[in-house]
Amino acid sequence: MTIDEAPAYPMARAAGCPFDPPPRLRELQAESPLVKVRVFGRPAWLVTRYADQRALLADARLSSDVTSPGYPSPTGAPPKSDGGVGIGFILMDDPEHARLRRMVTAPFMVKRVEAMRPAVQRIVDDLIDDLLAGPKPVDLMEAFALPVPSLVICRLLGVPYTDHDFFQQNSKQLIRLDVSPEQRATAHGNLAGYLDNLVGAKLADPGDDLLSGLTERIKAGELSRQDAAGMGVLLLLAGHETTANMIALGTLALLEHPEQFAVLRDTTDPAVVKGAVEELLRYLNITHNGRRRAVLADIEFEGQVLRAGDGVIFPNDIGNRDPAAFPDPDRLDLGRDARRHVAFGFGVHQCLGQPLARMELQVVYGTLYRRIPTLRRAAELAEIPFKHDGSVYGVHALPVTW
Amino acid sequence: MKVIVDQDRCVASGQCVLAAAEVFDQRDEDGVVVLLDENPPAELARDLHHAEAVCPALAIVVED
Ligand code: SF4
Repeated sequence: MTIDEAPAYPMARAAGCPFDPPPRLRELQAESPLVKVRVFGRPAWLVTRYADQRALLADARLSSDVTSPGYPSPTGAPPKSDGGVGIGFILMDDPEHARLRRMVTAPFMVKRVEAMRPAVQRIVDDLIDDLLAGPKPVDLMEAFALPVPSLVICRLLGVPYTDHDFFQQNSKQLIRLDVSPEQRATAHGNLAGYLDNLVGAKLADPGDDLLSGLTERIKAGELSRQDAAGMGVLLLLAGHETTANMIALGTLALLEHPEQFAVLRDTTDPAVVKGAVEELLRYLNITHNGRRRAVLADIEFEGQVLRAGDGVIFPNDIGNRDPAAFPDPDRLDLGRDARRHVAFGFGVHQCLGQPLARMELQVVYGTLYRRIPTLRRAAELAEIPFKHDGSVYGVHALPVTW
Repeated sequence: MKVIVDQDRCVASGQCVLAAAEVFDQRDEDGVVVLLDENPPAELARDLHHAEAVCPALAIVVED
């Protein structure tokens, strides 16, 4: 097979089937554990199955550094110019990745996150009060799904929430796949400049937040001001887009599955809510364009050799729909044990913010439908704009009423 | 049962704490795993094997 004949990745979802991964991807998973695909005209390997994804994502011979030869660019831009969006340690390898990541892990520790739960509950309750007092129908994305994680991550980082329009606009540009490299660079520059100013202000007048904590590292000479701003961009971006999309898309999925909606509407049991969050993460897997790596040294795998300089893609969305790992995988079943899903990735780059994301989603899913039990769509499913074009999947808007 | 953790590999994801808070904790400064009990009771086997399986850094080994 020549490269021109290989299937192109990413692939399109089936029309009218907004929650399932692309059908072609599922066929490939059934056919073979390892498939050659074409990414912007260049070949890359697709690792299709759950167990293999976990094994290889934990393999240090695979690099997350965008400048490694063969790294499959998600935007088609050559690796060097992608460097402009080199948002912190996510695109680095150990030991530098571990060094920087460890500087920001403390606020995301399970017990620190648990300590924030009452504050998050208040944020969610207040926003629901506003919804109930305001006009309907309303766009749930704008009025609820985005503000929850934005308010939380702003508080954690020490970013003034009053600036949220500015950074939401710019971060939207960064996660779209259909913007030009120039637009992407401008958006990144805007955010980096904004965070750099903020870090400067906190150097002079530190508070009790994550960015202020980083200024101590800068003063100690362990971290450059530029790297601190880069980490700020990464955390701000990762902190609100992902969770917001899980809230809105998860709500839509529940509205389409009334018996599952009822599970959350009718419970006050934290264990039920926790389980539901894991299943929604598995089922929706909103990071739908795959984790990307470059091979640093030859790896023998499934009768093939992944050669140094090859690109590898891990579509975790079909990993989470692998029938060998999750029986009847296309069924949304809030009662199943889905905790081993790979929605947050796997290996040393697995999402740093997952304890926070989980807690926010537990509060949201455990509160919203209980408080608004008659919640329903206020538009036809076909009219809802889905984010096929973004690196995070979800909806651009979700009109609801009750 | 015997549990071994590798603090150098740990990426502080906290999955082990979520799986078995009786046995795992995280260091205050950087979230790196702290083993509270090297020889936990056998009743915890399921939770411990779950922790071993979900640790993204493969930093946990559980021996029955
Ligand atoms: S699950 Fe693994 S990586 Fe995460 S805190 Fe525990 S030991 Fe560290």
